[in-house]
Amino acid sequence: MAKVETQGLEKYFGEVKAVDGVDIASREGEFLVLLGPSGCGKTTLLRMIAGLEKPSAGDILIGGEAVTHLPPRARGVAMVFQSYALYPHMTIYKNIAFPLKAVSMPKDDIDRKVRWAASMFGIERLLRRKPRELSGGERQRVALARALVREPNVFLLDEPLSNLDAKLRTSAREELHRFQKDVEITTIYVTHDQIEAMGMGDRIAVMNQGKVHQLGSPKEVYSDPSDTFVAGFLGSPPMNLIKTEDRIIGFRPECFLPRELLGGSGDLESFTVEVSRVEDLGSDRLVYGRLEKRFGHHQVVANLPTSFTHYSIETGGTYDFAVPRKDVKFFDVESGLRAEPIPL
Amino acid sequence: MVEEKKGVKWIFLKFAHFGTLAIFAFFASLPFLWMLITTFKQDADLYNRANNPFIFNMAPTLSHIEYLFTETQFVQWLINTAFVGVLVVAITLVLAIPAGYSLVRLGGRWGEAIGIGIFLTYLIAPTILFIPMSRVVATVGLQDSLWSLVLVFPSFTIPFAIWLLMGFFKAIPPDLEEAAMIDGYSRFGAFIRMVLPISTSGILTVVIFSFTLVVQEYIYTLTFVTAASKYTVSVGVPTFLVHGDVYNWGGLMAGCLIASLPIAIVYNFFVDRFIGGLTMGAVKG
Amino acid sequence: MDSLQEHGGKSVINRGGRLSFFFDNEKFLGPIMIAPAVIYVLALVGYPLILAFAYSLSDITVGSVDYNFVGLSTFRSIIEEPEFRIALKNTILFTFVSMAIVVVLAKILALLLVKDFKGKFFVRALILMPYVAPISLGVIGWLWMLDSIYSPINWLLQRTGLFGPDFWPMWLGTPGLAMASIITVHVWRMLPLAMIIMLAGLASIPKDIQDAALVDGAGYFRRLFQVTIPMMLPIMLVAVLFGIVFTATDIIIILVLTRGGPYDSTQVLVSQAFYIGIDAGDLAGGAATALFLFPLLLAVAILMLKIARRSEVT
Repeated sequence: MAKVETQGLEKYFGEVKAVDGVDIASREGEFLVLLGPSGCGKTTLLRMIAGLEKPSAGDILIGGEAVTHLPPRARGVAMVFQSYALYPHMTIYKNIAFPLKAVSMPKDDIDRKVRWAASMFGIERLLRRKPRELSGGERQRVALARALVREPNVFLLDEPLSNLDAKLRTSAREELHRFQKDVEITTIYVTHDQIEAMGMGDRIAVMNQGKVHQLGSPKEVYSDPSDTFVAGFLGSPPMNLIKTEDRIIGFRPECFLPRELLGGSGDLESFTVEVSRVEDLGSDRLVYGRLEKRFGHHQVVANLPTSFTHYSIETGGTYDFAVPRKDVKFFDVESGLRAEPIPL
Repeated sequence: MVEEKKGVKWIFLKFAHFGTLAIFAFFASLPFLWMLITTFKQDADLYNRANNPFIFNMAPTLSHIEYLFTETQFVQWLINTAFVGVLVVAITLVLAIPAGYSLVRLGGRWGEAIGIGIFLTYLIAPTILFIPMSRVVATVGLQDSLWSLVLVFPSFTIPFAIWLLMGFFKAIPPDLEEAAMIDGYSRFGAFIRMVLPISTSGILTVVIFSFTLVVQEYIYTLTFVTAASKYTVSVGVPTFLVHGDVYNWGGLMAGCLIASLPIAIVYNFFVDRFIGGLTMGAVKG
Repeated sequence: MDSLQEHGGKSVINRGGRLSFFFDNEKFLGPIMIAPAVIYVLALVGYPLILAFAYSLSDITVGSVDYNFVGLSTFRSIIEEPEFRIALKNTILFTFVSMAIVVVLAKILALLLVKDFKGKFFVRALILMPYVAPISLGVIGWLWMLDSIYSPINWLLQRTGLFGPDFWPMWLGTPGLAMASIITVHVWRMLPLAMIIMLAGLASIPKDIQDAALVDGAGYFRRLFQVTIPMMLPIMLVAVLFGIVFTATDIIIILVLTRGGPYDSTQVLVSQAFYIGIDAGDLAGGAATALFLFPLLLAVAILMLKIARRSEVT
């Protein structure tokens, strides 16, 4: 088990800075998620850690050892690709045995290890088949077994669930998470799906335009975003961000409720909302509207849990809404970074 | 009424379609049909202008085939062709496979330039080079030897094979090689253990087509080789089955037919893959 | 549950041997893998090409291989030969007439073969025969069919009444007919490949564009001329350029069928070069004659690079 660390890591493709000075360090045995929109550099970062891309500047350390100039095979990493990259001309058995053949392991040992890795994912009965005869979920397990069989120091996973259908993705997520906790191998997981990130990650590194904006636990990045990008990227719908003269103020839609429903729960910030649209999603009700003039008629959205169905909201009406003072975040207008709270 | 009219038009179109195709097919295969008929005809039947040339007016005969195999060096030419073909294909594969892979995956900017350069060497036809080439062959002491063909033929099979292989290699997802590199192989190891096994059908296509180019070759063989026993089949048959102005048409046609058919049949099954490879090679990767 | 530690725990890492530097480093591996092929091709295409130019500027023959530089005098004396002018004229005639016929026929054939029907594989196999069989052998078939005495074509045309009873043309022995025969055989031999390329081009047109034109109410010929042909233009252009080079430099058909005769009426530059350079042993004259095709090759190469660059942009 090993820590992965990057120091001032940069990668240019011509003029484009794909990765622009990334310093992150994983903890041992941690499940670290790189989260960001497509093109944010997260996959490039992962590929540099794997050794598939050469950094333009900076260093990569695995287990305290600089591996920046080592080829992929010498880094003790295993990777699961988005496409799974199963070797189409080999049986599943040979696919899993392939990394072991690279080090000329004795046949008996190979057999033992392949069966062990297959048993970890319950794919023993697939060993004689070819990849094209497998379903998406089975392929994903084979890819994981092939990664595991080398007993790597680090797992690198590049959106491994994105090719599964929605239903399968939920169970695969759970299985993957449990497996990682069992083997306790440091895992770096790239995704653009915040549900995967929130559900599996011990910590999440939120990336945009080649930079890491925040590194923290799912709870931290969600409720304590370090800047407006993180605030606006996470959550569905994301945080309401309202630009005022001195600050950008932000609050989550689910903290933004009709005043009377919040009752007398202490310190509140009040707003009036002219409702323009109501979406009933079953479990939630989304209320879209505009704030009063002092906030420039800014667009906002509120998320009311179904437990408040009794409270009726009509399109076109004006209502009093409020947010608990502790749930309002303040950002600097220029830099977008978190700033001192001010009275509204 | 309207439907009937449509029906008539439809039948007419079908008829025109298949009629035209039949004419094309007849035109294309006529010489081979003619070889087939001539091969089995007795001389007395063949050289009688009063006879219908399209039917057997006398009993068919195998005497021309017998003549071909016993009285001529036809068998030797087949052996020569196979000898040169196998060696040239081997040289072509050894040089073209790494080159094609390098151009697709490792080349970058210069790879593209060399790729286009190799494409353009097609334009420099053997008919422009055969005169200086005959001196090159003489200089290295290979005139009138099959080895001259082994040496020179790769100069046109290699560019062709590289271009074809580039198409096949481009079709392999880069993920697979990267996975192999992470799984413990070097870049070169991934090429040997991963790319080659996965490309067997593409490589087989290259083998077939390089071999065919060797069989088809005419001008270099005619220029470098003078001894009848060292000709390939493409040059031996037209050159040595001719006695003065009197052709032994039966034997000649038998030779053409026997040498053409196997290669034509094998080739036919690979044509689609060949075109696939060529067009893929043309797509920017 | 089985855990990693119980299985030895040590991760499988391949540090590689001494050669690993070369095997991993793409900066070295790329050039090393391509170098042998490039050197081979340069030595056996580039070097003879330079040699061809050197010969053409000398008076070298098979008998005296000492190199004497004579400047352009070889070229000058060639141009003055009436045979050269005939060969040049024949080359141009042969190349452009046969290419024009090939393009039109191949287009028709491709349109006929683009739809699936029963027995298509067989029909296509028959049509591909001239391309897949060794060329020189197929041409011998034609030599026999165009025979001055036993031509089955004449027999057939006479029996069907298209030729009069005394009309028995000598296809390869009459100047105009000989050129027509050469062109016919060349068309026969080029048509299959041209058709395949056209079919590939047709297949590369996205189906929804065809459908869109159909929905817009475009008739067959409007679709053909306004959608199909314009979209196939790049691939057709490359194929035609190659075809022109291939035809202009072809020698097999002429060497087998007419050997340039009768009276040089089918002599082209490359066959002329063969007779001068190899049969007569005048290396300088042969090389110079063949090199008259070089400007054509150069023009085609430049055009191709232009096409390649343009398709790179789009």
